[in-house]
Amino acid sequence: MTTAAIAQPREREASLSARLARALSQGPLHVVVLLICAVWLLPSVGLLVSSFRPARLVASTGWWTAFTPPFNFTLGMYREALSTSGMAQSFVNSLFISIPSTVIPIMIAAFAAYAFAWMKFPGRDLLFVIVVGLLVVPLQMTLIPVLRLFNALGLTGTFLGIWLAHTGYGLPFAVYLLRNFFGALPKDLFESVYLDGASPSTAFFWLVLPLSVPALASLIIFQFMWVWNDLLVALIYLGGTPKVAPMTVTISNLVNSLGGNWQVLTAAAFISMLLPMLVFFSMQQYFVRGILAGSVKG
Amino acid sequence: MANTLLMALIVVLGVPAVMVGYVGLVEWLLGFLPERHRPGVRPWLWIGPAVLFLVVFLVYPALNTAGISLFNADSTRFVGLANYAYAFTTQDMLIAFKNNILWLVLFTLLTVTFGLIIAVLFDRVHYEAAAKALIFLPMAISFVAAGVIWKLMYDFKPAGLPQTGTVNAILTTAIPSFQPQAWLFNPSTNNPGLIAVGVWMWTGFCMVILSAGLKGIPTEILEAARVDGANEWQVFWRIILPMLSSTITVVATTMIINSLKAFDIIYVMTNGNYGTEVIANRMYKEMFNFHQFGRASAIAVILLLAIIPIMLKNIQDFRRQEALR
Repeated sequence: MTTAAIAQPREREASLSARLARALSQGPLHVVVLLICAVWLLPSVGLLVSSFRPARLVASTGWWTAFTPPFNFTLGMYREALSTSGMAQSFVNSLFISIPSTVIPIMIAAFAAYAFAWMKFPGRDLLFVIVVGLLVVPLQMTLIPVLRLFNALGLTGTFLGIWLAHTGYGLPFAVYLLRNFFGALPKDLFESVYLDGASPSTAFFWLVLPLSVPALASLIIFQFMWVWNDLLVALIYLGGTPKVAPMTVTISNLVNSLGGNWQVLTAAAFISMLLPMLVFFSMQQYFVRGILAGSVKG
Repeated sequence: MANTLLMALIVVLGVPAVMVGYVGLVEWLLGFLPERHRPGVRPWLWIGPAVLFLVVFLVYPALNTAGISLFNADSTRFVGLANYAYAFTTQDMLIAFKNNILWLVLFTLLTVTFGLIIAVLFDRVHYEAAAKALIFLPMAISFVAAGVIWKLMYDFKPAGLPQTGTVNAILTTAIPSFQPQAWLFNPSTNNPGLIAVGVWMWTGFCMVILSAGLKGIPTEILEAARVDGANEWQVFWRIILPMLSSTITVVATTMIINSLKAFDIIYVMTNGNYGTEVIANRMYKEMFNFHQFGRASAIAVILLLAIIPIMLKNIQDFRRQEALR
């Protein structure tokens, strides 16, 4: 006990100097790594700094000049972005679009994935192969017929319409990912639950879903970010009505209409990035795991 | 305001309730069936909603689009393959094909190469996690916001005025003889410029997957090679690269699909002007700006045909994998 306590500092010292030596020999590596990070971060930093400058200065001087006197920083563009051009309304709309467009497809996919993984029915394998094929169908193939259908049903420009559309488009990936995850759960688990007299729905809600939290979490993050950042689907089925337009549509309309005056948008763009970045940093582990499950099969 | 509140309630409570309610309804209905028929009917009710959505939003529209592509602008007259003839001969589409090929080659090559280099380099530093998060961050940003970010990067002021665009400012400072460029307008720089935005956004995705593959290579193999006198360069080319080849294929396939579908970046930054047109943006223009539904559908079908080989390969891989289970 005492010898260990005495030996410890010396050990630490040795490893510290060893680490120092290694760090010095790896100098070029660290320089390269940090340089890559700096290059990748630079564009976002430019936006962040610009969004806190007066619009007039953003148009006439580079964002880096903000770090030299007279340090002109202001919240002006944020105030303008939130008060004018319906940006606050768009933020709420983005939430109204993204939340159900995440919940609905994942629940429906979970029902189907459970049947694909643990129920027997004719045509099961063929149906699933079709789902795998649908994974790569470009959205463009579906726009005109679905738009006509929505026009006929009066769903164009409504939240319900875009929830349904995002559900359809998000399903193949969600079913594929969840079926692989559910299928990997141990078989004995189901047998013992069924022996105890539980119904499939009990097993689904109290066994399968709780055990699949990692897969569900990564899927939720994926689908949420995809819907939140989506432009094409919103542009087509919401038809640019400001009352229901999400942030992506509002900002891209302003990019086109403001022309040379787009600097005002830096604040709006940053507001639109806040929520996905928050989700990303708080749930990064799940996000990475989801990508791995979806791409590296097996 | 009342509307907003009502909407918020529907969004937060109503939608999940409907979802859970569906399963309750299914099990309640099954209760009326004789016991022995239940296992035969139940699966169809569980996959029912998914199949319905897939048919309504993907299968039926895809078939319908293929049909529409044989008709005129408002689908009232059969025109045979005229829309395809148009798509393969009109100047804007030829530019789009050329640009999509440029995207396919440059975008795929750069994202996979950078992803691999970054994965290998970052693997050797102890702040790997934080550094990787920075590279990955652009994945969380919408193409629209990325468009604003890169307008700021590519901004152009005539020579003599202070440059506000980051790229021009760095180049004019570093190389005194450098003339500031209008990156997005100049036909020789705008396509690579747009592809660079895509690379900035997607390299993180490649890096994450390749990095996971890299960690899957047993360290004993790498150590054994080093003990036998292999230098880092040889370890990379003779061991890491061959062992990562299947992962690289998966990543490259995903990037090829992305390059074929490229839309948002172009739509936001140049809208296909100045020779930057791509297939997906052209399809949008034919549909929304010109109301040429026949032509737009033909272009969509061409896009699908380009992707079908990848779809078949995916199905084949999936089958092989299932056979191993």
